[in-house]
Amino acid sequence: MANVLANIFGSSPVRPLEKHIGIAFRCAKQLHGFFAAAIKGNWDKASAVRSEIERLEHEADDLKKKIRLGLPKSLFMPVPREDLLELLLVQDKIANRTRDVSGIVMGRKMQIPADIATQFLEFVDRNIDAAKQARKSVRELDELFTTGFRGAEVDLVTGLIEELDQIETDTDDKQAALRGALFAIEDTLNPVDAVFMYQVIELTGEIADMAERVGRRLELLLSH
Amino acid sequence: MEAEIVYIVLAAAFGMFMAWGIGANDVANAMATSVGSKALTIKQAILVAAVFEFLGAVLAGGAVTDTVRKGIVDTNLLASDPKLLVYGMLAALLAAGTWLFVASKNGWPVSTTHSIVGAIVGFAAVGIGIDAVQWGKVGEIVMSWVVSPLTAGFIAYLIYQSVQRLILRQDDPLAMAKRYVPVYIFLAAFTITLVTILKGLKHVGLDLSLRDAYVLAILIALGISVIGSLIIQRIQPDKKAEKNAHFHTVERVFGVLMVVTACGMAFAHGSNDVANAIGPLAAVVSVAQNGVITAKSTLPIWVLMLGGGGIVVGLATYGRHVIATVGKKITQLTPSRGFAAELAAATTIVIASGTGMPISTTHTLVGAVLGVGMARGIEAIDLRVVARILVSWVVTIPAGAFLAIVFFFIFKMVLP
Repeated sequence: MANVLANIFGSSPVRPLEKHIGIAFRCAKQLHGFFAAAIKGNWDKASAVRSEIERLEHEADDLKKKIRLGLPKSLFMPVPREDLLELLLVQDKIANRTRDVSGIVMGRKMQIPADIATQFLEFVDRNIDAAKQARKSVRELDELFTTGFRGAEVDLVTGLIEELDQIETDTDDKQAALRGALFAIEDTLNPVDAVFMYQVIELTGEIADMAERVGRRLELLLSH
Repeated sequence: MEAEIVYIVLAAAFGMFMAWGIGANDVANAMATSVGSKALTIKQAILVAAVFEFLGAVLAGGAVTDTVRKGIVDTNLLASDPKLLVYGMLAALLAAGTWLFVASKNGWPVSTTHSIVGAIVGFAAVGIGIDAVQWGKVGEIVMSWVVSPLTAGFIAYLIYQSVQRLILRQDDPLAMAKRYVPVYIFLAAFTITLVTILKGLKHVGLDLSLRDAYVLAILIALGISVIGSLIIQRIQPDKKAEKNAHFHTVERVFGVLMVVTACGMAFAHGSNDVANAIGPLAAVVSVAQNGVITAKSTLPIWVLMLGGGGIVVGLATYGRHVIATVGKKITQLTPSRGFAAELAAATTIVIASGTGMPISTTHTLVGAVLGVGMARGIEAIDLRVVARILVSWVVTIPAGAFLAIVFFFIFKMVLP
């Protein structure tokens, strides 16, 4: 009897989703230290950071599975369950891309060309900014649920997502510039290294892309 | 004479056991909302529950008790052999108590009210005769079981919608909360006092005119509202906690309101559920004392107090643990949501108590929670549990009835 009231509440996905994006961001943030070490050729340090990235990626994965299990179809929620699961999926991809890109660099002990090193680090930082802004936006989820996805809170989140879009556009610009710079020096590089360098740039840029998609998913929730 | 004493002692013991069970399990549902949302600590919740359950039982519990003791069974048919009513009511108490014990051991969401009504209908229909049941009244009661959760859900929906529109969706929710929460406090205190004065106090011998009743209710509600707003004005934003949850301070303002609705909920629960334990007891006592079934017999006040006391003992011995457990599980019910559910449920229950309808307080509260959910207020509600509640309805009534029939025939053989 006593547990009727307790059991009627399913496990709320809101705080766990906020926690998940926090882990995904912390994972992406490691990339700065990782690349800084890689550029210096300090592979011991890079390897240590890489382990931390893997650990965080696992943590995000575990939490993702836990949230999914806690969202059976019998739940009655103010927003469609599918939309929340999609949001979770793109959040998780921020961590996945971080793991992928650090894996390639680590595996090949890739030397980032000194000519573009500074520019490359700036690009990485901007992607981390995008992930951070995604975290800031998702952290408004509980407030959105409290207000029933209407009113002043919606305007606030819309503003946050706009900011996120601007950061993503900025990473696109930086990515184009970086590719140009790499193109200018690619003849001086080992061809295979050059190809992989393009790929590293591409994968890193996807972190901001995923962050932007987090924003898109949030926006979908707002329109309910 | 000796047989009469045996009846009263047995009935008091069974009634006490039922009241204890209600206090141990049911009250937790009424109070856990406030504990879960941290509006009250467990100690405060027990204090509030003890005081207001008792007040509710004594001040507003009379009408439902009357229904349970003489509204379901047609006592005219028993005039020739009043002992049958004694056996039956004893059987009903023991049956409901046993069934509730089994059900709560297994975690089934059954209702005290459904058990006792099923048990009384069971012994009357089989032990005495189909005609001994006042089917019209029983039909009304069953209807009220459907209507009460729906009503509570609807009221909760409206209340939470208004909270969102007036406060949560505004640019400065804190200022709005400070402005409107005293109004909600007034409304909560006003409805509950008014219904109590109009419907309940007759049973304790107070009969006010309609105008006086309104004036008194307004004065009491204003007093509570002023005290509430004084406390609210002193609430200052906590910058550190705000960073994590923007509505932290707003919820603290609602927490003040929730203390009021928690009192209302305990009062409402006492006014309705205590009857399940003491209605049959009162019936036995009146037969035993008078030797005949009197339609006009008044409810002895010690019976109400025994019921209220039993609930408090159940609460203090076992209920506190249940409150703690349930409270931890319902954190989704923040004060702004919890008060809407509690106020809606308490209002519905107190009105039902006033009209003498024994309803399930837990199911009414569940209806209210669903109402808040409908207003997009709750993050996740498990519909499987709602379905299970519906199933428990279908099972509880025959189970209570069956056990009551068995006990009835045993008592008929064994008791003098």
